[in-house]
Amino acid sequence: MAAPGLRIATRKGLFFTSRDSGWKLASPNFLGDNCSAVLRHPVSNAVYVALDHGHFGVKLHRSRDDGESYEEIPAPAYPPTDENAEPWVDMMGRTIPDSLQLIWSLEAGHADQVERLWAGTIPGGLFCSDDGGDSWQLVESLWNDPLRRKWFGGGMDFPGIHSILVHPDKPEEITIAVSCGGIWQSTDDGASWFSIGEGMKAPYTPPEWASDPGIQDVHRLARCRSMPDRMWLQHHAGIYRSDDAGRSWKIIEDVKPSSFGFAAVAHPQQPDTAWFVPEIKDEHRIPADGRVVVNRTDDGGNSFKSFYQGLPGPNAYDLVFRHALDVDQSGEILAMGSTTGSLWVSEDGGKSWQTVSNHLPPIYALRFDHS
Amino acid sequence: MPTVIFTSNLRRHVNCPTTQAEGETVAEALEKVFEKEPLLRGYVLDEQGALRKHMVIFLNGDALKDRIRLSDPVTRQDSEIFVMQALSGG
Repeated sequence: MAAPGLRIATRKGLFFTSRDSGWKLASPNFLGDNCSAVLRHPVSNAVYVALDHGHFGVKLHRSRDDGESYEEIPAPAYPPTDENAEPWVDMMGRTIPDSLQLIWSLEAGHADQVERLWAGTIPGGLFCSDDGGDSWQLVESLWNDPLRRKWFGGGMDFPGIHSILVHPDKPEEITIAVSCGGIWQSTDDGASWFSIGEGMKAPYTPPEWASDPGIQDVHRLARCRSMPDRMWLQHHAGIYRSDDAGRSWKIIEDVKPSSFGFAAVAHPQQPDTAWFVPEIKDEHRIPADGRVVVNRTDDGGNSFKSFYQGLPGPNAYDLVFRHALDVDQSGEILAMGSTTGSLWVSEDGGKSWQTVSNHLPPIYALRFDHS
Repeated sequence: MPTVIFTSNLRRHVNCPTTQAEGETVAEALEKVFEKEPLLRGYVLDEQGALRKHMVIFLNGDALKDRIRLSDPVTRQDSEIFVMQALSGG
């Protein structure tokens, strides 16, 4: 099996490297443009890049030749405003726009669905394409759910879908996570949705809301591919584990140096192994003691090992965003990128890291080609 | 016929030469341009047809009044419609 390529979406372009090249960076695409998400479809091999041009809006590009050339394709679009409907005002009193603000997550459908794509967006719309991105449909069953109006913005002004997990054995089961709107699941290929996630707690909300699954600030949701009922989540208020595909959660206490963070990655084969990147919560959002660290559990969250080798500190203030940590399908090779423009890779399951660059633009997302 | 001019920064992303376009309102004139260059619409307007938050249009030197429907009347045949980036949001 060829070593995987790694695509890195940054504030100023899309970068590429691979183990085969000795982790040398190739010439970037979209240099100067703000890349919010990237996906290489594991079945069609098409590469998708989401851009946020600021002034000119959110765009989507596709490459059918593995990144040699790109074409602009339609971006997901919200349907016309119903002028008779009540505007959506969140609990902070902010009116949520019905126009695309950001493509925050891009995922392929099940392996049997060659041209299926999912896009999670801000302000909270989930979109689906069955023609490789030539056209997109808003998943109206979710958008029109009255409980969806309880969602509100977390780190962003407006709510957004950042995690989309298609069940590896059941193509019709899709689970998404929302900041801030908890976890939602469909078991009928998106025709209907329900809020799941008993056990999560949001101590930063009024007490009567704290246990409501539909308002939780999930930072990132991950699952073990070979045991899909095992899920991990990095929540605003801690790390959680689920053994029933997200329906219920148990908090994992006393994680050092911190249980706050954004990224969460599950080992593809070993259900008891997962990685997290601790930060000081939540008004600081910097590494504890100025040392970048990766935490790994190998026993289902009963204990964590903190790995520092090859990572900077003290006086390192890199923040790792939720989409900026990934593992390849072997479970041995990891990559991590930071807001400071540092890119590191590990070839031993996260124990030690090597620096690819300390001078990239701020890194929003990275991912291995899971082909 | 009114002239429609786009910021040169937009040319990096999409074809948008200076062009002539008829219309009783700014919206109608722009629609004529978008008919020829459909991708351009999404760079100037959002999917609800409103002017993007960090864009600005000047009609004969005056900032557009109706950013939602672009209904400002184009009354002169020698009108100039400048589509530019606002000095915000960059």
